[in-house]
Amino acid sequence: MWTWFHKLASPPHFYRTAAILSPWLAMPGLALIAWGAWQGLFVVPMDYQQGDAFRIIYVHVPSAYLSLMAYMIMATSGAIGLIWRMKLAHAVAASAAPIGAAFTFLALATGSIWGRPMWGTWWEWGDPRMMSELILLFLYFGYMALRSAIDDTAKADKASAVLALVGIVNVVIVHFSVEWWSSLHQGQTVFKKGTMDAEMKTALLIMILGFTLLFGAMLLRRIRTEVLYRERRTRWVREMILSPEGGS
Amino acid sequence: MTTQERQIPGMFTGLFAMTRRDLLLAWKRPGDVLNPLFFFAMVCTLFPLAVGPSAEQLEFSGPGVLWVAALLSTLLSLNSLFLSDFEDGSLDQLLVSPQPLPVLVLGKTLAHWLTSGVPLVIVSPLLAITYRMPPSVIGVMMLTLLLGTISLSLLGSIGAALTVGLHRGTALLSLLILPLAMPIMILGANAVSLAASNDVYTTGIWALGAYAIASLSLAPYATAAALRISNE
Amino acid sequence: MTHKLSADNLTLIRGERCLFQGLSFALESGGLLLLEGRNGCGKTSLMRAIAGMLSLETGQVFWDETPVEKQRQEFHGALVWLAHRTGLKGDLTLVENLGFERSLRAQSSVDTESVYERLGISRLKKLILRSLSAGQQRRVALARMLLADVPLWFMDEPFTNLDREGRALVIELVEEHLAKGGMCVMAAHQDVELKAPVRRVKIQ
Repeated sequence: MWTWFHKLASPPHFYRTAAILSPWLAMPGLALIAWGAWQGLFVVPMDYQQGDAFRIIYVHVPSAYLSLMAYMIMATSGAIGLIWRMKLAHAVAASAAPIGAAFTFLALATGSIWGRPMWGTWWEWGDPRMMSELILLFLYFGYMALRSAIDDTAKADKASAVLALVGIVNVVIVHFSVEWWSSLHQGQTVFKKGTMDAEMKTALLIMILGFTLLFGAMLLRRIRTEVLYRERRTRWVREMILSPEGGS
Repeated sequence: MTTQERQIPGMFTGLFAMTRRDLLLAWKRPGDVLNPLFFFAMVCTLFPLAVGPSAEQLEFSGPGVLWVAALLSTLLSLNSLFLSDFEDGSLDQLLVSPQPLPVLVLGKTLAHWLTSGVPLVIVSPLLAITYRMPPSVIGVMMLTLLLGTISLSLLGSIGAALTVGLHRGTALLSLLILPLAMPIMILGANAVSLAASNDVYTTGIWALGAYAIASLSLAPYATAAALRISNE
Repeated sequence: MTHKLSADNLTLIRGERCLFQGLSFALESGGLLLLEGRNGCGKTSLMRAIAGMLSLETGQVFWDETPVEKQRQEFHGALVWLAHRTGLKGDLTLVENLGFERSLRAQSSVDTESVYERLGISRLKKLILRSLSAGQQRRVALARMLLADVPLWFMDEPFTNLDREGRALVIELVEEHLAKGGMCVMAAHQDVELKAPVRRVKIQ
């Protein structure tokens, strides 16, 4: 078990494994997304309250879920890097941040587009989920800004890991405080939970699964680039680039 | 050199020595304490000028404006929390001090709170009156500010430690701290608003208290870790 | 009581550069470890790493045969740090500065007045540090070192900003400290002549 773990944590080995693994995540991911989208857009019946507008949840919900998941990955791998001083973990954290920020932005954008027909406005300050998501986006920006402000990679890794860990405690508090705040100001949630028919649910689950696989593939690709950049002075990178295959 | 084992003084000695030194420094440079206060008053003045002086509007927005101003002014003073120690080498001395670093950090943060949070609480009634806040609400506001600024100082010290020694640290510090500080402001400002509309506001107070206790017990460790990293 | 400072297989990488690799040494009471090398070669980094301010790539530092990270407080209680940046507050007086440092440390039997006298700073006690010359501030930092009354001295370029007399004084203080069974880790870009045994570490 541990030898396997250590082997995976070695940059050259990871670099090669990720190359093999990445398409195996990307292709099923894309297939699932295509099927889920077709189901969601054409097969699932129209919502009797929201009409066709609700169909944006097939993008909105997976993005919102991945925005949190990416943050968790970022913070957890940052902690692993801090505690066990594993360099690969820091590369994972660094790669997860921009993807997470992109999904957060996507969740906000789709939420806003959905809000237009639902609330009659592009932006509803009173919705706790929109607010939490917005603050999450700010946390991502802060994280990436701190990383880019520190020249020394090792130092940037450690400092941003501390920030991500502080942030993760805060994400929970932000969520509850925003929920309390919005309960003061309007008292009803905009999206009702509960009733969702089975067809709709399956399509949504398929989309979530597809998005997650695609996210995994994107993350692996980014980590590969990050590892290559970080290891640019090492012998294995030089040998790989100079080898006849050119390191693909 | 003495041959017998000599005892390192206890944590509280270290804590209070640190607080005392920083208070002494603040005393010798009163501008560092006064400038954020003037800034606080200034932001509170800007608002009526921008949105108009109607009594109704001021009463309604008073708690929010005061809290936003308090948040921004705390942020302003946080920037210098570790900066001079970093520049003159005192930070190195603290890092190799026989006292545990989280304790010294807590001492510094305590001094920061005493020179930024507490003065804010003291001058806030003056500004609250101009926003036509009734006396009973002013009391609640002072309580929320008192509790909230503890967390702001502690949370802010993490950001200050992460950005110490970086170019363009000030802007970065705001970017890091503001999202983290948002819950404090939400809790504080809304508790005051609830008090103003004769509603139950105690939830906010309890939550602020809990937040302060949680940050008291966790933030010094994070700040100490961040300082070690920044000073490498 | 004798002490021992040792290091095993230290490697430090800063950014892209490997400053040193596989460095080991042992220093016992009465000894001086002199780190030599050009400016910017990593002497200060090595000292910082030994004192626990930089994280090492590999290797461990031991104080009395125990890894320092397992007894950080005891180790830091036994050392004092003197560097180019003195770590004294310009806005505070000499007495206030040293008083603060003292309150963090264990009680010592060293007589404060005689230390001031010896370093020629007793006239300056009531002055704020900012108003002193660089050389005088340096002497205040030396006073802090003596007052700490600890076995292990870290001195990074201790001769900067000092006149000939001051330099002679530093050498005298170090020799005295070593004779009493203390130990010293010193980084200097010029050669230091001491009567005590000197262990040299050259960094390329």
